[in-house]
Amino acid sequence: MAHGSHAVKRYTGIMDWLTTVDHKKIGILYLLAGGFFFLIGGLEAVLIRIQLWKPLNDFVSPDTFNQLITMHGTTMIFLAVMPVIFGLMNCIVPLQIGARDVAFPFLNALGFWTFFFGGVLLNVSWFLGGAPDAGWTSYVPLASTTFSDGPGVDYYVLGLQISGIGTLLGGINFLVTIINMRAPGMSFMRMPMFTWASFVTSMLILLAFPALTVGLVALMFDRIFEGNFFDPSAGGNIMLWEHIFWIFGHPEVYILILPAFGIISEVVTTFSRKRLFGYSSMVFATVLIGFLGFMVWAHHMFTSGLGPVANALFSIATMLIAVPTGIKVFNWLFTLWGGSIKFTAPMLFAIGFIPTFVMGGVTGVMLAAAPADYQYHDSYFVVAHFHYTIVGGLVSGLFAGVHYWWPKIFGRKLNETLGKTTFWFFIIGFHMTFLIQHFLGLLGMPRRIFTYLDGLGFNEMNLISTIGAMLMGIGVICFVINVFVTSAKPKHATNDPWEDGRTLEWAIASPAPEYNFAQLPLIRGYDAYWKEKREGNKEMQPAEPLGPIHMPSPSILPFFMSVGLFISGFGFIFHQYVVAGIGLAITLGCMFLRSVIEDHGYHIEPEEIQAKGV
Amino acid sequence: MLCELSQNICAKCHRTTGNTQFAASRAKTGNCEYGRSGVDLCMKKRWLKWLRLTTLLAGAALLLSACGRADLSALNPQGAVAKEQLDLMKISISIMTLVVVVVFLIAIYVLFRFRRRPGNDGIPVQVEGNHKLEIVWTVIPLILLVILGVPTVQTVFAQAQDHSKDENAVIVKVTAHQYWWEFEYPEEGIVTAQELVVPVDSRIVIEAKTADVLHSFWIPALAGKIDTNPAGNVNRMFFDTPDKTGIFLGKCAELCGPSHALMDFKVKVVDDESYANWLAAMKAPAVLPEDPAIADAFQKKCLSCHAVGELGGPVYPNLTGIGDRETVAGILVNTDNPQYWNEGSVYENIYRWLEDPQKIKPGNAMPKVELTQEELEGISRYLADYKLNYESEELKNNDATSDKEERQ
Repeated sequence: MAHGSHAVKRYTGIMDWLTTVDHKKIGILYLLAGGFFFLIGGLEAVLIRIQLWKPLNDFVSPDTFNQLITMHGTTMIFLAVMPVIFGLMNCIVPLQIGARDVAFPFLNALGFWTFFFGGVLLNVSWFLGGAPDAGWTSYVPLASTTFSDGPGVDYYVLGLQISGIGTLLGGINFLVTIINMRAPGMSFMRMPMFTWASFVTSMLILLAFPALTVGLVALMFDRIFEGNFFDPSAGGNIMLWEHIFWIFGHPEVYILILPAFGIISEVVTTFSRKRLFGYSSMVFATVLIGFLGFMVWAHHMFTSGLGPVANALFSIATMLIAVPTGIKVFNWLFTLWGGSIKFTAPMLFAIGFIPTFVMGGVTGVMLAAAPADYQYHDSYFVVAHFHYTIVGGLVSGLFAGVHYWWPKIFGRKLNETLGKTTFWFFIIGFHMTFLIQHFLGLLGMPRRIFTYLDGLGFNEMNLISTIGAMLMGIGVICFVINVFVTSAKPKHATNDPWEDGRTLEWAIASPAPEYNFAQLPLIRGYDAYWKEKREGNKEMQPAEPLGPIHMPSPSILPFFMSVGLFISGFGFIFHQYVVAGIGLAITLGCMFLRSVIEDHGYHIEPEEIQAKGV
Repeated sequence: MLCELSQNICAKCHRTTGNTQFAASRAKTGNCEYGRSGVDLCMKKRWLKWLRLTTLLAGAALLLSACGRADLSALNPQGAVAKEQLDLMKISISIMTLVVVVVFLIAIYVLFRFRRRPGNDGIPVQVEGNHKLEIVWTVIPLILLVILGVPTVQTVFAQAQDHSKDENAVIVKVTAHQYWWEFEYPEEGIVTAQELVVPVDSRIVIEAKTADVLHSFWIPALAGKIDTNPAGNVNRMFFDTPDKTGIFLGKCAELCGPSHALMDFKVKVVDDESYANWLAAMKAPAVLPEDPAIADAFQKKCLSCHAVGELGGPVYPNLTGIGDRETVAGILVNTDNPQYWNEGSVYENIYRWLEDPQKIKPGNAMPKVELTQEELEGISRYLADYKLNYESEELKNNDATSDKEERQ
């Protein structure tokens, strides 16, 4: 066979996972790693809430408390929810657009491993020298060596740089994939909402993450090489860090929430058996949110002394975001209107998402009014607000997505009863924890405080909040049990296990074969698979004859490149530049090997495909 | 023409006048009986009706606004600036409550009305969208945002005004330190720490900066916060004191290190007489301990960093009149009213602090000073008794009543 000339080793077992470049396996790796870090971040949250359950508690020391809040925020944002989002994007987006893989499978693996080792580096800090403790925002001068001389903030700076490489690679990869690899007929305005959201999110990543990287590099120079970017006594400027951080930081929150919007759109349409209401306005709103997301960063800095003109402009710009967000909410509600609603576990999470997110959204508009924000800012009101959007919104959305696509990813449906139990514990616990925190903030409780005096009126509300956090913890434990119970079951999910699947991923086997589509499908409209089903077709019509499928070769190089960065990160943190050099040499060596070794991949022949029963 | 005769209704405000003399008066003046001002009055009444409606909404949402300590809660404002900020919160929360209610009602209706019933396995109509509806939920939010945006912008500019040239303004330079507050009165040439003493019914102009890391200056009951930046990047704000005396809690709102939670301060609003007394007492020469051994220890071991009156160094908190203050180190409350889990007499609190400052406020700049037992007790006693006795009779009475109230 002409195509068989490149003998490629196909690994099994652990080597398969270390060398894989298959987007579905990388997606699973992302879900596992993200889930693991989510449990760590959740544990940190529970410890924080235990410390605050009563006044003047001494469960943890103030130093440990600051490490806990810093690591909780950093872990949850960068190492838990972002990877789970990337996990779902990896598992689903290529299937939704009818592609056989992402555009750059090797980079995809590299993105995962750099994220993973960056995250491990950050968390190793607990055992080697102390975790970062200057808040997830790491405001200077507190994060400078003058006021934080341990290695903690160095872990933050290097861990995030390394994992940031992974995020940026992922973003670029999905942009190229979505632009270039759509199946015949899959025009932009036929793409499912989740793919659209992934597309806009990837665009935001491309534009926002470099800002963070610049900031982190500058802070690294300040801390390790005595640079003066943020040292006022040497002509540096601390406001520069605040601006850079939030120029990244605000788009970041839309990077997080847009995929959740996408997930909700998919789940709501499937379980109400209705076409998405106002699809084109949904697309428009998504793009508009992404665009406005770059115009509002200074609303995190209303109290930093920007002056009235900036404060007024950023107030108005921030309020404007409510309009496209409102469009989305009403479109979801009117998708449900007239539908045939089935309350499955993913649907419960999606339905919980809508009002919860609206509550987070309206407090966002309240925060946008700058003079009122002088009161809210850095109080528990803000803590409540962003947990409404990120936990009640995003995490609910991710739970919805994970429950929804679990059969497509793993070939097994999660247990519905356990899923619904997870939902009820999670949502009740969530509102108990965070609704009350709005009032705590207004009554004068600043955020990030490790303790408070008795008699200030904070006691009962903090106690309620802590109990709520425990309920959320029980919800998460239910989910973990569900995962284990389900993985013991046989893989017998059908192609379309929810029976009302509308998008392309439900047209193929669960889990999808490594080449996804034996023949690329022909897309004849929006909700491609639904359209075929309604016309009486059992599957998609092929757009090409059956032929050999070109596949990328597995490679261990992404793993070792990331190991190299991990080692060099340690070298920089402990000022062992030889070690740092060795680490970088490993990475550069792997890059060299990648460049010189010719690798054309391999082909899967039609015989093999047919043997699997297409 | 302002009035329609036929139904005795004012055309502008649709309000029945109920006046039979209407026609006659109209004939004479060509105007409604209320005249121009009458119409204005009608308009005002209508506007008031709307206002009442909105306040009702706001009131429902802000049931909790009565909650919270009057000296700490942003929902229980005691000064004009904090009141304006609460007003803005009320407008926004009213609009937002409306939005939330609409979304919840639609959601609840939809979830009950359109749930899949057993046996009903039909495929619903696939609706693509509805332009009219979509325009409605784009335009209405825009209108709501204008309603919120206008007062927001007005308040932003109003609260950013520079009042430092005002005749009666009290100018205070606030310098934040890990983990204490320094208050300098440049017009008076005095410096104090942890307790901002200001007169009633006046405008306080704050010029805030930091000596080390970022902090944020926040007195929830009087005004929102302003960050303290380093290196000459001074931030300005102002707040108005209430017309009655009182003590308000201030907080640091920006993470500044391990003892961030403990960086409290007090704002003591006193009557004019007391304020004048206080200024005079702060300028009076320092009084040293009577016992020469204690005085010597105090000068050698304390005044190298701290100051009393004209003596000592300016780097760390000024101790003049520390015996009068409400707290020691901002966090040990000087009261015998056991409600904070962290209180004691002034003497006990100073003693506790001197024994081991790091235990009270981890990471603060004061080391454990080597003191003999006599010195420890002597200095604590001296500082506890270092009072300025500036309170007028009236203020003392007020304090006594509020203490009593607190205890109840």
